[in-house]
Amino acid sequence: MGKIELKNVTKTFGETQVIPPLSLAIEDGEFAVFVGPSGCGKSTLLRMIAGLEDCTTGNILIDDADVTEVSPSKRGLAMVFQTYALYPHMTVRKNIAFPMRMAGMSEAEQNTKMEAAAKALNLTDYLDRKPGQLSGGQRQRVAIGRAIVRDPTAFLFDEPLSNLDAALRVGMRLEISEMHNRLKTTMIYVTHDQVEAMTMADKIVVLRAGNIEQVGSPLDLYREPKNTFVAGFIGSPKMNFMEGEEAEKHNAATIGVRPEHIDVSGTDGLWEGTVGVAEQLGSDTFFHIHATGLADMLTVRAPGEIDLRHGDKIFLTPRADRIHRFSAEGLRLA
Amino acid sequence: MAIVAHYSRSGKIGRTALAWIVGLLFFFPIFWLLLTSFKTDADAVKPEFLFFFTPTLENYANMTENYDYWRFATNSVITSVFATVFTLAVAIPSAYAMAFNPSRHTKDVLMWMLSTKMLPAAAVLYPMTFLTKNALGIFDTHFLVILVLSLINLPIAIWMLFTYFKEIPKEIIEAAQMDGVTTWGEVKEILIPLAWGGIASTALLIFIFCWNEAYWTVRLTTTDAATLSKLIEGNRAPEGLFFGRLSAVSAAAVGPIIVLGWFCQKQLVQGLTFGAVK
Repeated sequence: MGKIELKNVTKTFGETQVIPPLSLAIEDGEFAVFVGPSGCGKSTLLRMIAGLEDCTTGNILIDDADVTEVSPSKRGLAMVFQTYALYPHMTVRKNIAFPMRMAGMSEAEQNTKMEAAAKALNLTDYLDRKPGQLSGGQRQRVAIGRAIVRDPTAFLFDEPLSNLDAALRVGMRLEISEMHNRLKTTMIYVTHDQVEAMTMADKIVVLRAGNIEQVGSPLDLYREPKNTFVAGFIGSPKMNFMEGEEAEKHNAATIGVRPEHIDVSGTDGLWEGTVGVAEQLGSDTFFHIHATGLADMLTVRAPGEIDLRHGDKIFLTPRADRIHRFSAEGLRLA
Repeated sequence: MAIVAHYSRSGKIGRTALAWIVGLLFFFPIFWLLLTSFKTDADAVKPEFLFFFTPTLENYANMTENYDYWRFATNSVITSVFATVFTLAVAIPSAYAMAFNPSRHTKDVLMWMLSTKMLPAAAVLYPMTFLTKNALGIFDTHFLVILVLSLINLPIAIWMLFTYFKEIPKEIIEAAQMDGVTTWGEVKEILIPLAWGGIASTALLIFIFCWNEAYWTVRLTTTDAATLSKLIEGNRAPEGLFFGRLSAVSAAAVGPIIVLGWFCQKQLVQGLTFGAVK
């Protein structure tokens, strides 16, 4: 079991409140991702769940037991840090076995579990090395190995892939997702990268300045963002926002259209514009377009190879059912 | 590169020569002390730099026969060892708490500790003597010397350890907490192994300070707990005579600490050689 509940938790550092009253429930076996720009309080929230930060007020419940005052070592959670935080004076073997040794597990059992973890994470050849002799990806796998062997109630990941290069990050993302499918243990994952959030999460929690902006599945957030912040944060490239005359046509203060929901034509369409930059990816083409009558530049994603270049004329039509309407306060209009 | 090449010949010779001169200058008093300790008292008081003389072991023999050198030496060892152990036993947890769980007042506490070193020892001589002699009755005991040595060195020990502990990434301690370690486990399994070099150099330094301490050991002891500092003090004749004897006593007092420092220098310089965390 690994159900985690936050009830009206707050966190204040000195005079600054970083987490205003916040409540959230993460179900057993769920992969929850806390996502938001840096400084939004997502790491603080994770550290509060871990017990590494105190709650100023409010309660944290794990499987219905109040753990607010319980020390991190007794919460039964495992954490993977951005900096890996391996024990530099211990070999990989000892690093992985450490939590089991602390739990007083028999040496035979420690070895069996340690070897199984090392095998699953491709670390068998490196067991006698020290962390200093490993690459970034290997170190992160050791950190994951150290978390797995504990059979924790839940795994906490604090931006675990931020220090890895792009290619390795995609690989590790898959490994973590597969691990979740295999173990079916609750996981809470903190990231500022919305792509990681979209690809891995069962449930995304979007945070801004300590407030939960929206909670939902990746596609819920993509289809029905509650406000302009979530609309702009989820999805890549970013949603296009339009105000003024265009918005008024739809009885809204602001309207938003995702780059992939605008049809491109060389001959006719609702808006006319000229191509600023064309990014050819092969599978897709991203156009940055100056459209006549619209204040901001539009980003459009067209599938496949389209041979339009800088300065070419282009016609655009947003899909009517994919236009998001927002009030002057930035809230979604039904 | 050009600058390096330029320095590599004449500069290197110059710097080596300078290093030797400075080194010899610092070593000379110790060398002179050793030399004088093998002179007769008559030779020792001669005003000229007397390098060639008939050496004698008379001063050393005299020291063990008349002054019971070994008793003083034993006292020095006992008080220095126990004071070092006690100092570390208090300083490690204190520095650990301040390095990893700092409060708003941690900086102030550290400054306050350091400020106690600014108090002139002479200012509390009377209260200390009165307190230990008349009120507590612990004058001239090992306990008193150990306590005083510990207390005067505690601020430095905490400061040094605090600086070393600060070098350890906080995440490593947090990872250990997540891995189910008790507070004592954090210290034993993580802190001490990671800061071993720092702890060893702190211990050595504190030991040296304890061994060399003279102000209080001379004033708060008479015979039972008297250390080598007291032995030297006792041989300091006001007329300036018995230089040979004084030198022998001094040489025998500083000898052990010089040898200790010599053997430990490698470990001390070695310090922390772990791979970076990131």
